[in-house]
Formats: sequence, C-alpha cells, structure tokens
Amino acid sequence: MSEPLIRLENVGKSYPGTDAPAVGNLTLDVYEGEVLVLVGPSGCGKSTTLRLINRLIEPTSGRIYLKGEDVTEMDSSKLRRKIGYVIQQVGLFPHRTISENIGTVPKLLGWDKETISARVDEMLELVSMDPAIYRDRYPKELSGGQAQRVGVARALAADPDVLLMDEPFGAIDPITRDRLQNEFLRLQQDLKKTIVFVTHDIDEAIKMGNRIAILREGSEIAQIDTPEVILSDPADEFVENFLGSGAILKGLTLKKVRDIELHDIPAMEMPVLRDEALKVLENSLEKTAVLLDKDHKPLRWITEASLNRTAQPIEKSGKPITIDLQPEDTLQDALGVMLQSSVGMAVVVDRRGKYLGCCSIESLASLIISDGGGSSSS
Amino acid sequence: MEFLTTWWAFVSTRGDQIQSGLAEHSLYVVTVLGVASVFAIVLGIVTRRNVFAKELSLSISSVFLTIPSLALFTIFIPLVGLGFAPSFLALFLYSLLPILRNTITGLDGIDHSVLESAKGMGLTPRQVLTRVELPLAWPIIVAGIRVSSMLIVGVAAIATLVAGGGLGDFIKSGLARLPLPNSLESIWTGTVLCLLLALVIDISLQLVRRATISKGIR
Repeated sequence: MSEPLIRLENVGKSYPGTDAPAVGNLTLDVYEGEVLVLVGPSGCGKSTTLRLINRLIEPTSGRIYLKGEDVTEMDSSKLRRKIGYVIQQVGLFPHRTISENIGTVPKLLGWDKETISARVDEMLELVSMDPAIYRDRYPKELSGGQAQRVGVARALAADPDVLLMDEPFGAIDPITRDRLQNEFLRLQQDLKKTIVFVTHDIDEAIKMGNRIAILREGSEIAQIDTPEVILSDPADEFVENFLGSGAILKGLTLKKVRDIELHDIPAMEMPVLRDEALKVLENSLEKTAVLLDKDHKPLRWITEASLNRTAQPIEKSGKPITIDLQPEDTLQDALGVMLQSSVGMAVVVDRRGKYLGCCSIESLASLIISDGGGSSSS
Repeated sequence: MEFLTTWWAFVSTRGDQIQSGLAEHSLYVVTVLGVASVFAIVLGIVTRRNVFAKELSLSISSVFLTIPSLALFTIFIPLVGLGFAPSFLALFLYSLLPILRNTITGLDGIDHSVLESAKGMGLTPRQVLTRVELPLAWPIIVAGIRVSSMLIVGVAAIATLVAGGGLGDFIKSGLARLPLPNSLESIWTGTVLCLLLALVIDISLQLVRRATISKGIR
C-alpha cells in the first residue's frame, strides 16, 4: 500500500500515578481515503488514541506523523484546524448561530466573509439541512440528529483531509442513527476523507469501516483488518468474544444479494390459464411459482394448494408480493424479507422492477456454511 | 399626610444638595462596580484551575463581607486619609465576593463537550476563553454584578462617616438633629433616594444583560 496519511509510531500515553498506561505502545497507519474504525470495550483507550492524533492529549512517548510530517512538535491549535473533529455530545457553541458554528474554523483560518457564508450554505446542504431555515437558528432549537449533522458540517467546513469521529452517532436514537450512518457513508463516497472513527459498537464498526482495528486494554491492537476478514477469521479469543455470537449474522450486512445464487422459481407471465399454471407448478421443485405482469414485474406467489382451494381467477389466488429485493441490497435485508414472506423466499428484481429470480433461506445458508466452514478465506 | 407635605417641602428646597448627593453616590457605584468587576472576573479566571488559589480567594473575599461596614470604612483612614479613597476601598472589597463567586460558578458550569469541541477545532486557549467561556459564563457573572450593585448602593451610605459624601449625608445629618424639625425628613430623603438609585441601576444592568447575552442562551 501507499504511504500512510496518518502514522502513529510507538505512541504511548501514561498518566502519573497510574500503573497501566492508557495507551501502551501503539503503531498504527491510516491510509488516505479510508475509514478506519477503532473499536473495543469501554476503557480500552480508543478515545484516548483518537485524541492523541489531534493532540488534545499529548503523547508521553512516540511520534505522530501527518502526511509524513511529524506533528508532535507543531503548534497544536494550528494542527487541529487541519483536522475535523466530531464528538458524541456534538459540543456546538450554544451562544452562536448554526452558521457561526459551522464557520468557526474558516473564520480562524481567516477566510473572508462571503466565502465563509457560501461555504456554510454548502455544508448545510451537504448534510441535508435547508440553509434558509437553519442558518440563523441556535443550537438549542435543533433535535439531537440535526445537531450532529451540524457537528459533521462544522468539522468538514474548512475541508480538512482528516476527520476524527468519537462515537458520533452514539447518543442518537436507533432509527435516526441508522439514517445518519447511511447518509454519512454516501457522503464519504464523494468526499473520500481519511477518517478515524471510534465506536464501542461492533455492528457500527462493520457498517462504517473499510478497516477495523479491534483494541484491547491499553489500546493494544488485537486485530486490524477488513470487516470481512475479521468476521470470518478472528485472530484470537478476545476478538471472537468481542464479535459475539452473531458474527455470521453481522457478516450478512457485508454481502449483497448479487453474491448468492438465485433460486430458479418458475415465473408465469399474465395472462395465464389455470391448466398451464398447474402444469408449471407440477414441474417446479418448490411447488411455487411467481406470477408476473406484462412488464415482467412480480405480482403474486402462486402455489398448487392456493389454485385448488378456490375458483377465483388466477390473478387473485395465492399471496401478493409486497416487498422485493434488488441485487445491491444486503443479505441482511434479504433475510428480513424472506422471514416476512409467506413462502420463505424473496423475489429479486432489477432496477426497473423486472423479475430476476428468487433467493431462499437455503441459498443463504449454503453461502454462510461455505464461508464459515473454511476460516481461512482471503 | 402631614409628614409627606413637610417632606416634600424639604426635598423641593434642597435640589442642589440632592443633586450632589446623588452624583457622589452614583460615582461610587459606577467606579466601584467597574473596577471590582474587572478585578473579580480576572481573579476568577486566573485562580479557577488551581483549587487552592480558588478557595483562598473565595474565603478572603467572604471575610471582607463579614467585617462590619463601619469598621471597614474607617480602618483605611490611616493609610489613605479621609473622603473618597477609604470609601472606595471599602466598597470595592465588599463587592468582590458575589462577582468572584459567580465568575467561578459560571466558568465551572460550562458544558465540557463545548470546550472539548472548541479546543478540537483549533481555538487557542485565549480564544476559548474570550469566544466561548466568557460569553457562556456571562449571564451568571452579570447576576453577580447585580447583587454587588445592590450591596454597594446600600453600604455607600456609610461613606458620609469618613467624609466621603453621598446620600448618606442626608441620613447622618438627620440622625444628628433628631428630633428637631426636618430631621426625619432628611433621613427619609436619603433612604428613598438610595432606593430609587438602586432601582435605576438594577434596570440599567438588566438592559446591559439583555443587550450582551446571546439569544441562544437566554
């Protein structure tokens, strides 16, 4: 890999009067454009590690490099203006308006008024908040989720290369958190910032991280790798315990529907006669077929039983198909849809809604077994 | 009713005296409040991080409040003579505690995350103080200044005993001539004017407060 953007070299932090150091002897590289998640139990020193990077905490030993430049000797305030910082409690200035809050670092850097004001509006739009509505409001008028959006906007305002995030979505309700995480991932696709992200939540780590560093006491790296490798091949018992029993289920968020083989369930295009339908069903292994409309969009699940039970027209028998999947959806979504569906399967459609095939619990299970069985995968 | 008419006669014939009494009294309040606020706020900022210095400055300034005011006005006479100076000193010492206490409380009460993010964004310690800490502690500091202002208006009446002038002159001369005519009228004049002055000062400080506190923390 290329030269790391951030490099911690044998960094340690100990507080006088305590035996164990908060950070032992940490060497860590963060590469340009990646999201590196530091995850570990509380008290493992992950927040301390993060705050060492922008020197809110001064290391007692070791060196920290940013773009190859040693920052341990640099003026700490000047350093911090180049690094975005987002914390769980947000910490907006309550006496300043939203626009003044977002413009804080640009103002420190001496940008002129018009540039700052334009940048503030741009940032608010970036985090999906209407500048006309929110520009002149005060932080007390915002909900928790909105406050954290502003927090992210404020951290990005001076266009820093590096963003440090300390449990940014930790104090937000689960639904809003999920939405913010997704928005953030979408943002990151365009922005390509180098991000160090701290969380205690392994699910969040798997979702957000390009790489994950699992830390134990004293900020010692237990394992650092991509989420896929960590899930399929945990380095030791500590990592395994930290991942918890649901590691396989967690892995489902990393895989897409297109990764599994689709089940070939016969499809019948409308209009179709009852006899033809029965013939098709007879040949179907699952004794199930999918009824499509003229545009190849799935309508209903048809089974033999449902056809025999009533004399209703075929387009009214069986169960309606309400949710469908696209190849880009995660397998976790797929599992949810399958469990809800009456036949234990989910239809997969393309972007335009045309039927592609079905995925079933069996195909999911076989994928999990083939993955989990050989713990030596990539 | 009869008292009111004689009092009114007393007041209406002493326009000049009242004017100078009010002027002297207000001078005490304004100068003392100004100097004491700056001193106490700076003291609060300097000592807050050191528990020992903080407690020491708080206890010393509370000691001043417990010294009888009559004594506090007179003990400085050997050092600075009579008149404005000993009165100013006594009032200054009196007004420290409320402002100091509130400065420390106000600065201590700031949400830790706000300071963390301020530092994290690259504000220097001085910028954190002037742009974040003081504006956020300001409502509480102003409340302390208001308490001090009320204290000073009342206690400044004692300045008359060390030849410091002020509205206390009316009270002292009335007291000395009791029960002669116009003695009670004089005492009442001093008292009422003190009350009025206190009211005006309180309202002005309230206006200052409104004008200087951000809408976001009101």
